[in-house]
Amino acid sequence: MTKNPLVQGAVRYLPLLFLALVWEAASRFELVSSSALPSLTKIAAAWWDLAKSGDLLDNGASSLWRLGAGLAIAVVVGAALGIGMAWWRPLDMALGPLVEMFYPLPKSALIPVTALWLGFGDGSKILLIAMGCVLPVAIGAYNGARSSDKALVWSARSLGASRLRVLRDVVAPSALPETLSGIRTALAISFVLLVASELIVARSGLGYLIGFLGSNGTYDSMFAVVLTVAGMGFVADRLYLLVMRRALAWRE
Amino acid sequence: MAGIDETIAGPGLGSRALTMLARWALVIALVIAWELTTRARVFTPFMLPSPERVLARIWDDGQAGDLFINIGLTLYRALTGFFIAATLGLLIGVAIARGGALGWFFDPVVSVGFPMPKITFLPVIVLWLGLYDTAKISMVVFDAVFPVITGTVLGIKSVEKELIWSARSLGSRERDIWPRIVLPAAMPQIFTGLQVSLPIAMIVAVVAEMLMGGYGMGGAMVQASRMADSPGIFAGIVEIAVVGWFLVKGMATLRRRLLAWHPEAETPTGV
Repeated sequence: MTKNPLVQGAVRYLPLLFLALVWEAASRFELVSSSALPSLTKIAAAWWDLAKSGDLLDNGASSLWRLGAGLAIAVVVGAALGIGMAWWRPLDMALGPLVEMFYPLPKSALIPVTALWLGFGDGSKILLIAMGCVLPVAIGAYNGARSSDKALVWSARSLGASRLRVLRDVVAPSALPETLSGIRTALAISFVLLVASELIVARSGLGYLIGFLGSNGTYDSMFAVVLTVAGMGFVADRLYLLVMRRALAWRE
Repeated sequence: MAGIDETIAGPGLGSRALTMLARWALVIALVIAWELTTRARVFTPFMLPSPERVLARIWDDGQAGDLFINIGLTLYRALTGFFIAATLGLLIGVAIARGGALGWFFDPVVSVGFPMPKITFLPVIVLWLGLYDTAKISMVVFDAVFPVITGTVLGIKSVEKELIWSARSLGSRERDIWPRIVLPAAMPQIFTGLQVSLPIAMIVAVVAEMLMGGYGMGGAMVQASRMADSPGIFAGIVEIAVVGWFLVKGMATLRRRLLAWHPEAETPTGV
Protein backbone atom coordinates (compact mmCIF):
# COMPACT_ATOMS: atom_id res chain seq x y z
CA MET A 1 0.00 0.00 0.00
CA THR A 2 1.17 3.51 -0.76
CA LYS A 3 1.67 5.89 2.12
CA ASN A 4 0.84 9.06 0.19
CA PRO A 5 -2.15 10.60 2.02
CA LEU A 6 -3.51 12.12 -1.21
CA VAL A 7 -3.63 8.74 -2.90
CA GLN A 8 -5.14 7.17 0.19
CA GLY A 9 -7.80 9.87 0.32
CA ALA A 10 -8.58 9.37 -3.36
CA VAL A 11 -8.91 5.61 -2.88
CA ARG A 12 -11.09 6.12 0.15
CA TYR A 13 -13.52 8.47 -1.58
CA LEU A 14 -13.55 6.67 -4.93
CA PRO A 15 -16.91 5.00 -4.16
CA LEU A 16 -18.58 8.43 -4.04
CA LEU A 17 -17.28 9.26 -7.51
CA PHE A 18 -18.52 5.87 -8.65
CA LEU A 19 -21.98 6.58 -7.24
CA ALA A 20 -22.07 9.97 -8.97
CA LEU A 21 -21.17 8.32 -12.29
CA VAL A 22 -23.88 5.68 -11.86
CA TRP A 23 -26.38 8.46 -11.07
CA GLU A 24 -25.41 10.43 -14.17
CA ALA A 25 -25.49 7.35 -16.41
CA ALA A 26 -28.80 6.05 -15.03
CA SER A 27 -30.44 9.36 -15.79
CA ARG A 28 -28.74 10.01 -19.16
CA PHE A 29 -29.63 6.62 -20.57
CA GLU A 30 -33.13 6.76 -19.07
CA LEU A 31 -32.60 3.65 -16.96
CA VAL A 32 -34.82 5.48 -14.53
CA SER A 33 -37.21 8.26 -15.45
CA SER A 34 -35.12 11.42 -15.77
CA SER A 35 -37.82 13.50 -14.07
CA ALA A 36 -37.64 11.25 -11.00
CA LEU A 37 -33.85 11.40 -11.05
CA PRO A 38 -32.49 14.32 -13.08
CA SER A 39 -28.89 13.94 -14.15
CA LEU A 40 -26.23 15.64 -12.06
CA THR A 41 -25.27 17.97 -14.91
CA LYS A 42 -28.88 19.15 -15.23
CA ILE A 43 -29.03 19.65 -11.46
CA ALA A 44 -25.83 21.69 -11.56
CA ALA A 45 -27.29 23.89 -14.33
CA ALA A 46 -30.50 24.35 -12.32
CA TRP A 47 -28.44 25.22 -9.25
CA TRP A 48 -26.59 27.89 -11.21
CA ASP A 49 -29.89 29.41 -12.43
CA LEU A 50 -31.26 29.46 -8.87
CA ALA A 51 -28.07 31.09 -7.63
CA LYS A 52 -28.19 33.75 -10.37
CA SER A 53 -31.84 34.59 -9.75
CA GLY A 54 -31.09 35.19 -6.08
CA ASP A 55 -33.66 32.63 -4.87
CA LEU A 56 -30.99 30.46 -3.35
CA LEU A 57 -29.29 33.34 -1.59
CA ASP A 58 -32.45 34.97 -0.19
CA ASN A 59 -33.93 31.74 1.13
CA GLY A 60 -30.52 30.52 2.26
CA ALA A 61 -30.00 33.70 4.25
CA SER A 62 -33.31 33.39 6.06
CA SER A 63 -32.64 29.71 6.83
CA LEU A 64 -29.16 30.48 8.16
CA TRP A 65 -30.48 33.30 10.32
CA ARG A 66 -33.08 30.99 11.91
CA LEU A 67 -30.49 28.28 12.43
CA GLY A 68 -27.90 30.65 13.91
CA ALA A 69 -30.26 32.49 16.23
CA GLY A 70 -31.93 29.31 17.49
CA LEU A 71 -28.64 27.56 18.10
CA ALA A 72 -27.11 30.59 19.82
CA ILE A 73 -30.00 30.73 22.28
CA ALA A 74 -29.81 26.98 22.87
CA VAL A 75 -26.05 27.07 23.50
CA VAL A 76 -26.16 29.99 25.94
CA VAL A 77 -29.20 28.75 27.87
CA GLY A 78 -28.16 25.10 27.71
CA ALA A 79 -24.60 25.65 28.91
CA ALA A 80 -25.75 27.91 31.75
CA LEU A 81 -28.43 25.40 32.73
CA GLY A 82 -26.13 22.39 32.64
CA ILE A 83 -23.27 23.97 34.56
CA GLY A 84 -25.72 25.55 37.00
CA MET A 85 -27.36 22.19 37.69
CA ALA A 86 -24.00 20.54 38.26
CA TRP A 87 -22.83 23.38 40.49
CA TRP A 88 -25.88 24.00 42.63
CA ARG A 89 -27.72 20.96 43.94
CA PRO A 90 -31.16 22.50 44.55
CA LEU A 91 -31.30 23.51 40.89
CA ASP A 92 -30.43 19.94 39.94
CA MET A 93 -33.17 18.55 42.16
CA ALA A 94 -35.70 21.00 40.74
CA LEU A 95 -34.86 20.70 37.06
CA GLY A 96 -33.29 17.24 36.78
CA PRO A 97 -36.59 15.32 36.58
CA LEU A 98 -37.93 17.91 34.14
CA VAL A 99 -34.95 17.44 31.86
CA GLU A 100 -35.34 13.70 32.10
CA MET A 101 -39.02 13.98 31.26
CA PHE A 102 -38.64 16.22 28.22
CA TYR A 103 -35.44 14.79 26.78
CA PRO A 104 -37.13 11.77 25.12
CA LEU A 105 -39.83 13.96 23.52
CA PRO A 106 -39.54 13.58 19.75
CA LYS A 107 -38.65 17.20 19.04
CA SER A 108 -40.60 17.39 15.80
CA ALA A 109 -43.83 17.32 17.82
CA LEU A 110 -43.06 20.93 18.77
CA ILE A 111 -43.45 22.20 15.19
CA PRO A 112 -47.22 22.81 15.32
CA VAL A 113 -47.01 24.38 18.78
CA THR A 114 -44.36 26.93 17.88
CA ALA A 115 -46.34 27.75 14.72
CA LEU A 116 -49.44 28.21 16.88
CA TRP A 117 -47.57 30.56 19.21
CA LEU A 118 -45.51 32.61 16.81
CA GLY A 119 -46.98 32.10 13.35
CA PHE A 120 -45.26 31.13 10.13
CA GLY A 121 -42.30 33.51 10.27
CA ASP A 122 -38.77 33.49 11.66
CA GLY A 123 -39.83 33.59 15.31
CA SER A 124 -41.49 30.18 15.35
CA LYS A 125 -38.47 28.48 13.75
CA ILE A 126 -36.00 30.18 16.09
CA LEU A 127 -38.08 29.13 19.10
CA LEU A 128 -38.40 25.59 17.75
CA ILE A 129 -34.66 25.20 17.21
CA ALA A 130 -33.86 26.77 20.58
CA MET A 131 -36.31 24.44 22.38
CA GLY A 132 -35.18 21.38 20.47
CA CYS A 133 -31.45 21.99 20.97
CA VAL A 134 -31.26 23.27 24.52
CA LEU A 135 -31.40 19.87 26.24
CA PRO A 136 -28.52 18.13 24.42
CA VAL A 137 -26.30 21.13 25.23
CA ALA A 138 -27.48 21.19 28.85
CA ILE A 139 -26.87 17.46 29.32
CA GLY A 140 -23.39 17.73 27.81
CA ALA A 141 -22.50 20.67 30.05
CA TYR A 142 -23.97 18.91 33.09
CA ASN A 143 -22.01 15.69 32.54
CA GLY A 144 -18.85 17.63 31.81
CA ALA A 145 -19.12 19.89 34.84
CA ARG A 146 -19.90 16.95 37.12
CA SER A 147 -16.90 15.05 35.92
CA SER A 148 -14.56 17.93 36.78
CA ASP A 149 -11.74 16.63 38.93
CA LYS A 150 -12.72 16.99 42.60
CA ALA A 151 -9.07 17.28 43.61
CA LEU A 152 -8.68 20.30 41.31
CA VAL A 153 -11.75 21.97 42.78
CA TRP A 154 -10.56 21.31 46.35
CA SER A 155 -7.04 22.54 45.75
CA ALA A 156 -8.28 25.70 44.05
CA ARG A 157 -10.61 26.30 47.02
CA SER A 158 -7.88 25.64 49.58
CA LEU A 159 -5.57 28.02 47.74
CA GLY A 160 -8.18 30.69 48.40
CA ALA A 161 -10.14 30.87 45.14
CA SER A 162 -13.71 32.04 45.58
CA ARG A 163 -16.57 29.77 44.49
CA LEU A 164 -17.16 31.92 41.40
CA ARG A 165 -13.49 31.85 40.52
CA VAL A 166 -13.50 28.05 40.75
CA LEU A 167 -16.59 27.96 38.56
CA ARG A 168 -14.88 30.10 35.93
CA ASP A 169 -11.36 28.67 36.02
CA VAL A 170 -11.88 25.01 36.95
CA VAL A 171 -15.43 23.80 36.40
CA ALA A 172 -16.23 25.62 33.14
CA PRO A 173 -13.04 24.51 31.33
CA SER A 174 -13.47 20.91 32.39
CA ALA A 175 -17.09 21.01 31.22
CA LEU A 176 -15.95 22.25 27.82
CA PRO A 177 -15.27 18.96 25.98
CA GLU A 178 -18.65 17.39 26.73
CA THR A 179 -20.47 20.68 26.22
CA LEU A 180 -18.87 20.94 22.79
CA SER A 181 -19.97 17.43 21.84
CA GLY A 182 -23.46 18.24 23.13
CA ILE A 183 -23.44 21.24 20.79
CA ARG A 184 -22.48 18.95 17.93
CA THR A 185 -25.59 16.86 18.58
CA ALA A 186 -27.59 20.09 18.77
CA LEU A 187 -26.18 21.19 15.41
CA ALA A 188 -27.47 18.01 13.78
CA ILE A 189 -30.89 18.37 15.43
CA SER A 190 -31.11 22.03 14.41
CA PHE A 191 -30.82 21.17 10.70
CA VAL A 192 -33.52 18.52 11.00
CA LEU A 193 -35.90 20.88 12.78
CA LEU A 194 -35.14 23.76 10.42
CA VAL A 195 -35.80 21.79 7.25
CA ALA A 196 -38.82 19.97 8.68
CA SER A 197 -40.49 23.15 9.93
CA GLU A 198 -39.75 25.02 6.70
CA LEU A 199 -41.20 22.20 4.67
CA ILE A 200 -44.35 22.11 6.79
CA VAL A 201 -45.06 25.73 7.78
CA ALA A 202 -43.10 28.54 6.13
CA ARG A 203 -43.13 31.17 3.42
CA SER A 204 -39.38 31.47 2.98
CA GLY A 205 -36.23 29.45 3.61
CA LEU A 206 -34.55 26.60 1.80
CA GLY A 207 -37.04 24.00 3.07
CA TYR A 208 -39.87 26.14 1.73
CA LEU A 209 -38.04 26.48 -1.60
CA ILE A 210 -37.72 22.68 -1.84
CA GLY A 211 -41.44 22.23 -1.23
CA PHE A 212 -42.32 25.00 -3.68
CA LEU A 213 -40.12 23.64 -6.47
CA GLY A 214 -41.37 20.11 -5.82
CA SER A 215 -45.02 21.06 -6.13
CA ASN A 216 -44.16 23.01 -9.29
CA GLY A 217 -42.71 19.86 -10.77
CA THR A 218 -39.32 21.44 -11.49
CA TYR A 219 -37.48 18.47 -10.07
CA ASP A 220 -33.99 19.36 -11.26
CA SER A 221 -34.18 22.61 -9.26
CA MET A 222 -35.67 20.76 -6.30
CA PHE A 223 -32.77 18.28 -6.32
CA ALA A 224 -30.35 21.21 -6.54
CA VAL A 225 -31.73 22.72 -3.32
CA VAL A 226 -31.97 19.32 -1.58
CA LEU A 227 -28.32 18.64 -2.30
CA THR A 228 -27.40 22.18 -1.24
CA VAL A 229 -29.03 21.74 2.17
CA ALA A 230 -27.51 18.27 2.61
CA GLY A 231 -24.11 19.74 1.70
CA MET A 232 -24.59 22.61 4.14
CA GLY A 233 -25.32 20.17 6.94
CA PHE A 234 -22.22 18.17 6.10
CA VAL A 235 -19.95 21.22 5.83
CA ALA A 236 -21.34 22.69 9.06
CA ASP A 237 -20.54 19.48 10.92
CA ARG A 238 -17.00 19.25 9.53
CA LEU A 239 -16.27 22.93 10.24
CA TYR A 240 -17.59 22.47 13.74
CA LEU A 241 -15.31 19.47 14.25
CA LEU A 242 -12.33 21.61 13.22
CA VAL A 243 -13.30 24.37 15.65
CA MET A 244 -13.86 21.81 18.39
CA ARG A 245 -10.40 20.27 17.92
CA ARG A 246 -8.88 23.76 17.98
CA ALA A 247 -10.76 24.66 21.16
CA LEU A 248 -9.66 21.47 22.88
CA ALA A 249 -6.03 21.58 21.73
CA TRP A 250 -4.89 22.68 25.22
CA ARG A 251 -5.93 19.34 26.67
CA GLU A 252 -3.20 17.40 24.89
CA MET B 1 -30.52 12.88 35.81
CA ALA B 2 -30.53 11.10 39.12
CA GLY B 3 -29.01 8.11 37.36
CA ILE B 4 -25.48 9.03 38.32
CA ASP B 5 -26.10 9.16 42.04
CA GLU B 6 -28.01 5.91 41.97
CA THR B 7 -25.23 3.99 40.31
CA ILE B 8 -22.64 5.27 42.74
CA ALA B 9 -24.62 5.07 45.94
CA GLY B 10 -26.62 1.94 45.14
CA PRO B 11 -30.00 3.04 46.46
CA GLY B 12 -32.00 1.15 49.02
CA LEU B 13 -35.67 0.54 48.48
CA GLY B 14 -36.63 3.57 50.57
CA SER B 15 -34.56 6.08 48.68
CA ARG B 16 -35.79 4.70 45.38
CA ALA B 17 -39.40 5.17 46.49
CA LEU B 18 -38.49 8.67 47.57
CA THR B 19 -37.03 9.52 44.17
CA MET B 20 -40.15 8.16 42.49
CA LEU B 21 -42.28 10.31 44.75
CA ALA B 22 -40.18 13.41 44.07
CA ARG B 23 -40.54 12.80 40.35
CA TRP B 24 -44.30 12.45 40.47
CA ALA B 25 -44.51 15.48 42.75
CA LEU B 26 -42.73 17.46 40.07
CA VAL B 27 -45.05 16.29 37.31
CA ILE B 28 -48.05 17.17 39.45
CA ALA B 29 -46.54 20.55 40.30
CA LEU B 30 -46.00 21.21 36.63
CA VAL B 31 -49.62 20.41 35.80
CA ILE B 32 -50.80 22.63 38.65
CA ALA B 33 -48.61 25.48 37.41
CA TRP B 34 -50.03 24.97 33.92
CA GLU B 35 -53.59 25.05 35.33
CA LEU B 36 -52.87 28.21 37.32
CA THR B 37 -51.38 30.04 34.32
CA THR B 38 -54.46 29.26 32.28
CA ARG B 39 -56.77 30.26 35.17
CA ALA B 40 -54.90 33.54 35.57
CA ARG B 41 -55.21 34.08 31.82
CA VAL B 42 -51.51 34.73 31.37
CA PHE B 43 -51.99 33.39 27.85
CA THR B 44 -55.20 33.15 25.86
CA PRO B 45 -56.89 29.73 25.97
CA PHE B 46 -55.98 29.47 22.30
CA MET B 47 -52.26 29.85 22.97
CA LEU B 48 -52.30 27.53 25.99
CA PRO B 49 -55.47 25.50 26.62
CA SER B 50 -56.02 24.33 30.17
CA PRO B 51 -54.85 20.84 31.21
CA GLU B 52 -58.38 19.58 31.73
CA ARG B 53 -59.37 20.59 28.21
CA VAL B 54 -56.33 18.81 26.82
CA LEU B 55 -57.00 15.73 28.95
CA ALA B 56 -60.66 15.78 27.96
CA ARG B 57 -59.54 15.92 24.36
CA ILE B 58 -57.26 12.91 24.82
CA TRP B 59 -60.12 11.08 26.55
CA ASP B 60 -62.50 11.87 23.67
CA ASP B 61 -59.95 10.67 21.13
CA GLY B 62 -59.56 7.51 23.19
CA GLN B 63 -63.33 6.94 23.26
CA ALA B 64 -63.60 7.50 19.53
CA GLY B 65 -60.72 5.09 18.97
CA ASP B 66 -58.68 7.63 16.97
CA LEU B 67 -56.08 7.79 19.71
CA PHE B 68 -55.18 4.13 19.43
CA ILE B 69 -55.25 4.11 15.63
CA ASN B 70 -52.91 7.10 15.51
CA ILE B 71 -50.50 5.83 18.16
CA GLY B 72 -50.55 2.36 16.63
CA LEU B 73 -49.81 3.60 13.13
CA THR B 74 -47.00 5.90 14.22
CA LEU B 75 -45.46 3.17 16.34
CA TYR B 76 -45.83 0.68 13.49
CA ARG B 77 -43.97 2.99 11.10
CA ALA B 78 -41.30 4.05 13.57
CA LEU B 79 -40.63 0.53 14.87
CA THR B 80 -40.70 -1.22 11.49
CA GLY B 81 -38.27 1.38 10.20
CA PHE B 82 -36.17 1.01 13.33
CA PHE B 83 -35.91 -2.79 13.02
CA ILE B 84 -34.99 -2.61 9.35
CA ALA B 85 -32.45 0.12 10.16
CA ALA B 86 -31.03 -1.97 13.01
CA THR B 87 -30.56 -5.03 10.81
CA LEU B 88 -29.13 -3.09 7.88
CA GLY B 89 -26.95 -0.96 10.16
CA LEU B 90 -25.50 -4.00 11.87
CA LEU B 91 -24.70 -5.70 8.55
CA ILE B 92 -23.16 -2.57 7.00
CA GLY B 93 -21.26 -1.82 10.21
CA VAL B 94 -19.76 -5.31 10.28
CA ALA B 95 -18.86 -4.98 6.58
CA ILE B 96 -17.07 -1.68 7.20
CA ALA B 97 -15.26 -2.97 10.29
CA ARG B 98 -14.06 -6.08 8.43
CA GLY B 99 -12.73 -4.04 5.51
CA GLY B 100 -13.04 -5.79 2.15
CA ALA B 101 -14.79 -4.52 -0.95
CA LEU B 102 -18.18 -3.89 0.66
CA GLY B 103 -16.58 -2.08 3.56
CA TRP B 104 -14.51 0.02 1.17
CA PHE B 105 -17.67 1.01 -0.69
CA PHE B 106 -19.77 1.88 2.35
CA ASP B 107 -17.14 3.66 4.46
CA PRO B 108 -17.09 7.02 2.60
CA VAL B 109 -20.82 6.87 1.90
CA VAL B 110 -21.49 6.60 5.62
CA SER B 111 -18.95 9.22 6.66
CA VAL B 112 -20.47 11.73 4.23
CA GLY B 113 -24.05 10.62 4.81
CA PHE B 114 -24.05 10.64 8.61
CA PRO B 115 -23.69 14.41 9.17
CA MET B 116 -26.16 15.26 6.38
CA PRO B 117 -29.69 16.26 7.39
CA LYS B 118 -31.37 13.24 5.74
CA ILE B 119 -34.79 14.73 6.30
CA THR B 120 -34.07 17.08 3.37
CA PHE B 121 -34.52 14.10 1.07
CA LEU B 122 -38.12 13.66 2.21
CA PRO B 123 -39.58 15.38 -0.90
CA VAL B 124 -37.40 13.12 -3.03
CA ILE B 125 -38.75 10.05 -1.23
CA VAL B 126 -42.28 11.36 -1.79
CA LEU B 127 -41.48 11.76 -5.49
CA TRP B 128 -40.21 8.20 -5.73
CA LEU B 129 -42.41 6.26 -3.35
CA GLY B 130 -45.55 8.33 -2.89
CA LEU B 131 -47.27 9.22 0.35
CA TYR B 132 -48.05 5.90 2.01
CA ASP B 133 -46.35 3.57 4.46
CA THR B 134 -43.53 2.51 2.12
CA ALA B 135 -42.41 6.11 1.76
CA LYS B 136 -42.73 6.90 5.47
CA ILE B 137 -40.93 3.76 6.60
CA SER B 138 -38.18 4.24 4.00
CA MET B 139 -37.58 7.74 5.32
CA VAL B 140 -37.32 6.35 8.87
CA VAL B 141 -34.84 3.68 7.75
CA PHE B 142 -32.73 6.17 5.81
CA ASP B 143 -32.39 8.39 8.88
CA ALA B 144 -32.16 5.78 11.63
CA VAL B 145 -29.59 3.49 10.00
CA PHE B 146 -26.55 5.75 10.43
CA PRO B 147 -26.16 5.73 14.24
CA VAL B 148 -26.39 1.92 14.20
CA ILE B 149 -23.64 1.70 11.57
CA THR B 150 -21.25 4.01 13.40
CA GLY B 151 -22.03 2.37 16.75
CA THR B 152 -21.27 -1.06 15.28
CA VAL B 153 -18.04 0.04 13.61
CA LEU B 154 -16.86 1.81 16.77
CA GLY B 155 -17.79 -1.15 18.94
CA ILE B 156 -16.01 -3.70 16.80
CA LYS B 157 -12.91 -1.58 16.36
CA SER B 158 -12.55 -1.09 20.11
CA VAL B 159 -12.70 -4.82 20.94
CA GLU B 160 -9.44 -5.65 22.64
CA LYS B 161 -7.07 -7.72 20.56
CA GLU B 162 -6.07 -9.74 23.62
CA LEU B 163 -9.61 -11.07 23.85
CA ILE B 164 -9.42 -12.46 20.32
CA TRP B 165 -5.90 -13.77 20.81
CA SER B 166 -6.77 -15.60 23.99
CA ALA B 167 -9.87 -17.11 22.36
CA ARG B 168 -7.65 -18.33 19.53
CA SER B 169 -4.99 -19.68 21.82
CA LEU B 170 -7.66 -21.48 23.84
CA GLY B 171 -8.64 -23.23 20.63
CA SER B 172 -11.71 -21.34 19.33
CA ARG B 173 -12.49 -22.10 15.74
CA GLU B 174 -12.01 -19.16 13.40
CA ARG B 175 -15.68 -19.07 12.37
CA ASP B 176 -16.75 -18.85 16.01
CA ILE B 177 -14.65 -15.79 16.76
CA TRP B 178 -17.03 -13.25 15.17
CA PRO B 179 -20.37 -14.42 16.50
CA ARG B 180 -19.12 -15.51 19.92
CA ILE B 181 -16.31 -13.12 20.81
CA VAL B 182 -16.25 -9.94 18.70
CA LEU B 183 -19.96 -9.16 18.47
CA PRO B 184 -20.76 -9.76 22.16
CA ALA B 185 -17.76 -7.65 23.16
CA ALA B 186 -18.92 -4.86 20.84
CA MET B 187 -22.51 -5.09 22.12
CA PRO B 188 -22.52 -2.08 24.49
CA GLN B 189 -21.57 0.35 21.73
CA ILE B 190 -23.90 -1.30 19.23
CA PHE B 191 -26.66 -0.89 21.77
CA THR B 192 -25.75 2.77 22.29
CA GLY B 193 -26.12 3.19 18.52
CA LEU B 194 -29.58 1.61 18.73
CA GLN B 195 -30.49 3.88 21.61
CA VAL B 196 -29.59 6.93 19.53
CA SER B 197 -31.41 5.52 16.54
CA LEU B 198 -34.79 4.79 18.13
CA PRO B 199 -35.65 8.42 19.07
CA ILE B 200 -34.55 9.48 15.58
CA ALA B 201 -36.96 6.91 14.16
CA MET B 202 -39.77 8.49 16.22
CA ILE B 203 -38.83 12.05 15.22
CA VAL B 204 -38.71 11.15 11.54
CA ALA B 205 -41.92 9.11 11.62
CA VAL B 206 -43.73 12.11 13.14
CA VAL B 207 -42.24 14.57 10.62
CA ALA B 208 -43.04 12.25 7.70
CA GLU B 209 -46.63 12.00 8.91
CA MET B 210 -46.86 15.75 9.31
CA LEU B 211 -45.67 16.26 5.77
CA MET B 212 -47.47 13.43 4.02
CA GLY B 213 -50.71 13.60 5.99
CA GLY B 214 -53.04 10.69 6.66
CA TYR B 215 -53.54 8.93 10.00
CA GLY B 216 -50.83 8.82 12.64
CA MET B 217 -49.88 11.15 15.49
CA GLY B 218 -48.03 13.58 13.21
CA GLY B 219 -50.89 13.67 10.73
CA ALA B 220 -53.39 14.29 13.52
CA MET B 221 -51.32 17.21 14.84
CA VAL B 222 -51.03 18.85 11.44
CA GLN B 223 -54.76 18.39 10.94
CA ALA B 224 -55.40 20.07 14.31
CA SER B 225 -52.99 22.84 13.37
CA ARG B 226 -54.85 23.51 10.09
CA MET B 227 -58.15 23.67 11.98
CA ALA B 228 -56.59 26.07 14.52
CA ASP B 229 -57.63 23.44 17.08
CA SER B 230 -55.19 24.17 19.87
CA PRO B 231 -56.38 21.52 22.38
CA GLY B 232 -55.79 19.00 19.61
CA ILE B 233 -52.21 20.21 19.15
CA PHE B 234 -51.43 20.03 22.85
CA ALA B 235 -53.11 16.64 23.15
CA GLY B 236 -50.77 15.50 20.37
CA ILE B 237 -47.71 16.77 22.22
CA VAL B 238 -48.72 15.01 25.43
CA GLU B 239 -49.39 11.74 23.57
CA ILE B 240 -46.14 11.86 21.63
CA ALA B 241 -44.19 12.78 24.76
CA VAL B 242 -45.63 9.80 26.67
CA VAL B 243 -44.95 7.37 23.82
CA GLY B 244 -41.40 8.73 23.37
CA TRP B 245 -40.74 8.43 27.09
CA PHE B 246 -41.83 4.80 27.20
CA LEU B 247 -39.70 3.93 24.18
CA VAL B 248 -36.56 5.54 25.62
CA LYS B 249 -37.08 3.99 29.07
CA GLY B 250 -37.87 0.64 27.49
CA MET B 251 -34.58 0.66 25.62
CA ALA B 252 -32.67 1.54 28.80
CA THR B 253 -34.34 -1.35 30.66
CA LEU B 254 -33.63 -3.72 27.79
CA ARG B 255 -30.00 -2.65 27.86
CA ARG B 256 -29.72 -3.38 31.58
CA ARG B 257 -31.27 -6.81 31.07
CA LEU B 258 -29.33 -7.83 27.98
CA LEU B 259 -26.00 -6.42 29.09
CA ALA B 260 -26.27 -7.39 32.74
CA TRP B 261 -23.04 -9.39 32.30
CA HIS B 262 -21.18 -6.33 31.04
CA PRO B 263 -19.77 -3.42 33.11
CA GLU B 264 -21.33 -0.97 30.64
CA ALA B 265 -24.89 -2.12 31.27
CA GLU B 266 -25.98 1.38 32.38
CA THR B 267 -27.11 3.70 29.62
CA PRO B 268 -24.48 6.38 29.04
CA THR B 269 -26.03 9.73 29.98
CA GLY B 270 -26.87 11.87 27.02
CA VAL B 271 -28.33 9.08 24.95
